[in-house]
Amino acid sequence: MNKAIDIIKSLFLIELLKGMSVTGRHMFKKKITVQYPEEKTPMSFRFRGLHALRRYPNGEERCIACKLCEAVCPALAITIDSEVREDGSRRTSRYDIDLTKCIFCGFCEEACPVDAIVETRVFDYHGEDKGDLYYTKDMLLANGDRMEESIARDRKLDAPYR
Amino acid sequence: MPEVILSLLEIFPDWLQVLLVALIKVVVIVAPLMLAVAYLTFAERKLIGYMQIRVGPNRVGPRGWLQPIADALKLLCKEIVIPAKSNKYLFILAPILAIGPSLAAWSVIPFTDTLVLSDINAGLLFILAMTSIGVYGIIIAGWASNSKYAFLSAMRASAQIVSYELAMGFALVTVLMAAGSLNLREIVLAQSGGIGDWYMWPLFPMFIVYFISGVAETNRAPFDVAEGESEIVAGFHVEYSGMTFAVFFLAEYANMILIAMLTALMFLGGWMSPIGAFADTPILGDGIHWLLLKTSFVLFFFLWFRATFPRYRYDQIMRLGWKVFIPLTIIWIVVMGVAMFLTPWGHLFH
Repeated sequence: MNKAIDIIKSLFLIELLKGMSVTGRHMFKKKITVQYPEEKTPMSFRFRGLHALRRYPNGEERCIACKLCEAVCPALAITIDSEVREDGSRRTSRYDIDLTKCIFCGFCEEACPVDAIVETRVFDYHGEDKGDLYYTKDMLLANGDRMEESIARDRKLDAPYR
Repeated sequence: MPEVILSLLEIFPDWLQVLLVALIKVVVIVAPLMLAVAYLTFAERKLIGYMQIRVGPNRVGPRGWLQPIADALKLLCKEIVIPAKSNKYLFILAPILAIGPSLAAWSVIPFTDTLVLSDINAGLLFILAMTSIGVYGIIIAGWASNSKYAFLSAMRASAQIVSYELAMGFALVTVLMAAGSLNLREIVLAQSGGIGDWYMWPLFPMFIVYFISGVAETNRAPFDVAEGESEIVAGFHVEYSGMTFAVFFLAEYANMILIAMLTALMFLGGWMSPIGAFADTPILGDGIHWLLLKTSFVLFFFLWFRATFPRYRYDQIMRLGWKVFIPLTIIWIVVMGVAMFLTPWGHLFH
């Protein structure tokens, strides 16, 4: 008996019509597309995007050239050289991140004892030539200076969980 | 308008006049067809987008209306890569063989009672022949590419088209029996009198069989194993790029429109108005707009199928063609023949 019902069902294309009614109904549903450049989806304060080097409010750079980030980086994307500055403090003479190697794991940010290297919310950057995505210390510091406000806000939001 | 053109042509010698008139007629049919193909691809992307709760292309031009133009320009500008180990002559010939028949079939399509390029008596036979020849393009493309995927796809396509050709032909035989003519114009005229007189009602199962076979015949989803991108990359046109690929694309969509229009002509009353009483009034009455409307309606189902169904497995396609459609159509032909000539219910089919 069940077999007969199955045959009748397939003969009258019942299942197929059910499927078509599903797609047919969806055609009139509200569309969920986000029109990207004009609209954006909400983003977590822990978002890991473009890197930046921060400064203290008095303008002194935070990084003390401990090289923990360089050591922890699984993709070996960070290269650091250090030297002693005239005032006797240790600072980096070179701090490069090759963003084509970086996997955006955020380990550098977690390893940093002084919150110097951070990842920002910026994800839509690009390079037009070979080497454009090789970020040097100056570029990273410039990123930090440009986005300090949002970086500080994100760290503050994340602070209770750390 | 036609008189003006004819008088302009009188400066040419007679034989050239005949040629030019024929050429103009061809252009008048093919140019709108190409435009329809372009916008069918746009409609497809939009419609499938809507069915997947997306909006589809909307960036090129107002609401995306220039998208097909941009696509065509891109394809025109791209390089045609000819594989080193391919058979170069056949490689170039294949897309031509694919599009030739699918455009040639349009020559016998009656758009209205009087508007038809060549009103031949065996029009239906001609169309069946043309749609079958189209598969040669695909087979030759698969062979000439010298690529395993293309070759597999060519095998699949030929087996599939041969199988469904039979079911399609048999389904059309029932239309012939009802109309008593192979002439497409007369088939449509036999359906005059309003929506109740269209052949889709007395021949409803054959209407469905014909339409599904048509979808299989044009290698469209869910019968697109010849393309099967998850198994054989892109099928017979893996090795094609630029304009050669575009020609295959044109042929596929021109075939889709052809099948849709044939469905409209043979089962949905062609250019006839659905309300018989209005047959002679200007807008609601008979006219080419009804044919185009019905064709678009059928095309909508092509796209709807593609948005809904997953691809059939190869053996399931063969089973459906040989074990379901062909027996079904043969039984229907016998039942219909008996009913028409030996019982008093023959008028049902006229």
